[in-house]
Amino acid sequence: MFRWLIGTIALSMMATGALAADPVEIHIGYLGHAGVKSTLSLVQQPADNDGIAGARLAIEDNNTTGKFLNQRFVLDEAKVKDSDDVAKVATGLAGRNDFIITDLSADALLKVADALHDRGTVLLNAGAIDDRLREQDCRANVIHIAPTRSMLADALSQYLVWKQWKRWLLVVGSHDQDKLYADALRRAATRFGAKIVQERTFEDTGGARRTDSGVTLIQRQMPVFTQQAPAYDVLVAADESEVFANYLPYRTWDPRPVAGSAGLVPTSWDATHDQWGAVQIQNRFVKLNMRRMTALDMQAWTAARMIGEATSRTNSGDPKKVIAFLKGKDFSIAAFKGTRLTLRDWNWQLRQPILLADGRMVVSVSPQEGFLHQVSELDTLGVDRPETKCKLQ
Amino acid sequence: MWRGCLLTGMLVWLAATPASAFVAYVSNEKGNTVTVIDTNSWAVTKTIKVGQRPRGIEFSRDGKFVMVAVGDDDTIQVIDTKTQEIVDTLPSGPDPELFTQDAAGKTMYVANENDNTVTVIDLEKRARLGDIQVGVEPEGMTISPDGKILINTSETTNMAHFIDTTTRQIVANVLVDSRPRFAQFKRDGSELWISSEIGGTVSTIDPVKREVTGKITFEIPGLRNEAIQPVGIGMTKDGKTAFVALGPANRVAVVDGATHKVLKYLLVGQRVWHMDFTPDEKYLMVTNGVSNDVSVIDVAAQKVIKTIQVGELPWGITIAQP
Repeated sequence: MFRWLIGTIALSMMATGALAADPVEIHIGYLGHAGVKSTLSLVQQPADNDGIAGARLAIEDNNTTGKFLNQRFVLDEAKVKDSDDVAKVATGLAGRNDFIITDLSADALLKVADALHDRGTVLLNAGAIDDRLREQDCRANVIHIAPTRSMLADALSQYLVWKQWKRWLLVVGSHDQDKLYADALRRAATRFGAKIVQERTFEDTGGARRTDSGVTLIQRQMPVFTQQAPAYDVLVAADESEVFANYLPYRTWDPRPVAGSAGLVPTSWDATHDQWGAVQIQNRFVKLNMRRMTALDMQAWTAARMIGEATSRTNSGDPKKVIAFLKGKDFSIAAFKGTRLTLRDWNWQLRQPILLADGRMVVSVSPQEGFLHQVSELDTLGVDRPETKCKLQ
Repeated sequence: MWRGCLLTGMLVWLAATPASAFVAYVSNEKGNTVTVIDTNSWAVTKTIKVGQRPRGIEFSRDGKFVMVAVGDDDTIQVIDTKTQEIVDTLPSGPDPELFTQDAAGKTMYVANENDNTVTVIDLEKRARLGDIQVGVEPEGMTISPDGKILINTSETTNMAHFIDTTTRQIVANVLVDSRPRFAQFKRDGSELWISSEIGGTVSTIDPVKREVTGKITFEIPGLRNEAIQPVGIGMTKDGKTAFVALGPANRVAVVDGATHKVLKYLLVGQRVWHMDFTPDEKYLMVTNGVSNDVSVIDVAAQKVIKTIQVGELPWGITIAQP
């Protein structure tokens, strides 16, 4: 009661501009990797500030709220090249920030998590979708905002099964992450009753993604590559490496839809998503960054908003209180997905609906109706508590 | 026996006599239309074409006009209730969603989702008087019964902002649960209720102390709690009974205004949004966003008695004398 009163007085004072105390500063680090990957589609080419732009918007949003609570948020950005010592850069950031949003590979993230283990710095993984970071390689000081490959694959699988497209032709790229995505898709097929009628591998033989006469060649290659397949309903492509998947739609031997890494793509965010108030954040994002919002931008926004949410709920910049709130049972965050997002307490993965988008529209949002769960329907996506290999420490 | 006879007789008389007829205006968010319903026959009497994405809708205090916020056209359209045609527009800020008026019907306050402001409009001159900076994504709007305090809720900041209507300055901010969407005072000004869509609660606030005194939670057997998303609130004039629309839970909760206990859940259409009473408080009409209809609730019996088909994705509703 007494604290409430103090709070009320403080708020009233602030509102009238008679505030004496300096604002509480909350420093959030952002550790990303330098360089962007090359995509087949020119419009999907990530911007240099992919991810960071989302964090910057969240800092603005947090500061709008913060001015009513006398809190100020500051973003501290760093980028690492492959040749850099990521643990060293992270330790430097951790000296100035209690929270660090990361967009790193799984190996780099583990290095950072272990280097900062004793400092109490919390990492918010916005970029890595690897299941192992939430399973056998899970860490107590990492909260995962990015969905996992298995969450993405399950979201797609539920929809394809609902659509009665249960016979899949699975085409897998030749890189490691393509194979990991294929593993998740195989698991998702088994889980929800789809059948992979055949698997094919698309070997990456190198070559440029942009050429002046590329279309002619691709138009000959893709039908040939997909011919003589057993009867199937949908071609599911696992191509995180951006080698072939976007060449498949409209070019398959049999007239079949494409899903996975091209066609109907499961994702945490899409620039076309406008339900549940999303159009407001899309507009704010475009206004601030002069480009459209990507999944990585949204994951970074959500990460920075989670810190903002916890600091306003606890009315404190004390990292211990903020982290306790994030990991407590009262935590939830609104992120324009039509439902509150919460953390799985066995591996600190953020539960979230997954959008299924084709680049022009959001086609559907999973979990699909009818996929039930005793705790949260969001837990029908990804590895659930009884199956987890995570032992947090 | 005698009483029974009298009661039956009265019921027959009531049924035979047309209830005083009111008129309801429903905004259809996707249809870009406003549906007009006669509350005597419960029939749709007209569909009015309006601007893009109509949501917030309210009668002017004198009952001569209905104002509807058409967010994607960045304006508020004014419908003449006699001709049931659009006669004017108001200079709201960008993307107006919900608005409220003072008791005299002279000043209007509009929540502009896109630029974190509340716009103040002189309704007589139909001119913009100024803007008030609030939190991220302003939404719910209401005025205290004494007219002194304007309440605005901001959906991403998660606060109810208390704004002095004379100075147009924020005088207090009260943190509530995630995505606060709607604000409603008790008629006697003793309590302010705020619904939090994502938080799944209704916060009750002491308007004098400006602090949260309690939270109403909802539990529906067999329904996952993420589906319970409180939005619109309706309260009887005596403050004894409140109705809370629970969004995708497809139910309206009946809440005891004094004890804050949930008394029952009424099954309505899909994704129930907002509501309004007939002026005699006999009926409450609620809009069902996904099933494209309006449910009619008998307030005394606490029962859904009718469903009326309206336009695409009905959102807001306002009822008054024709």
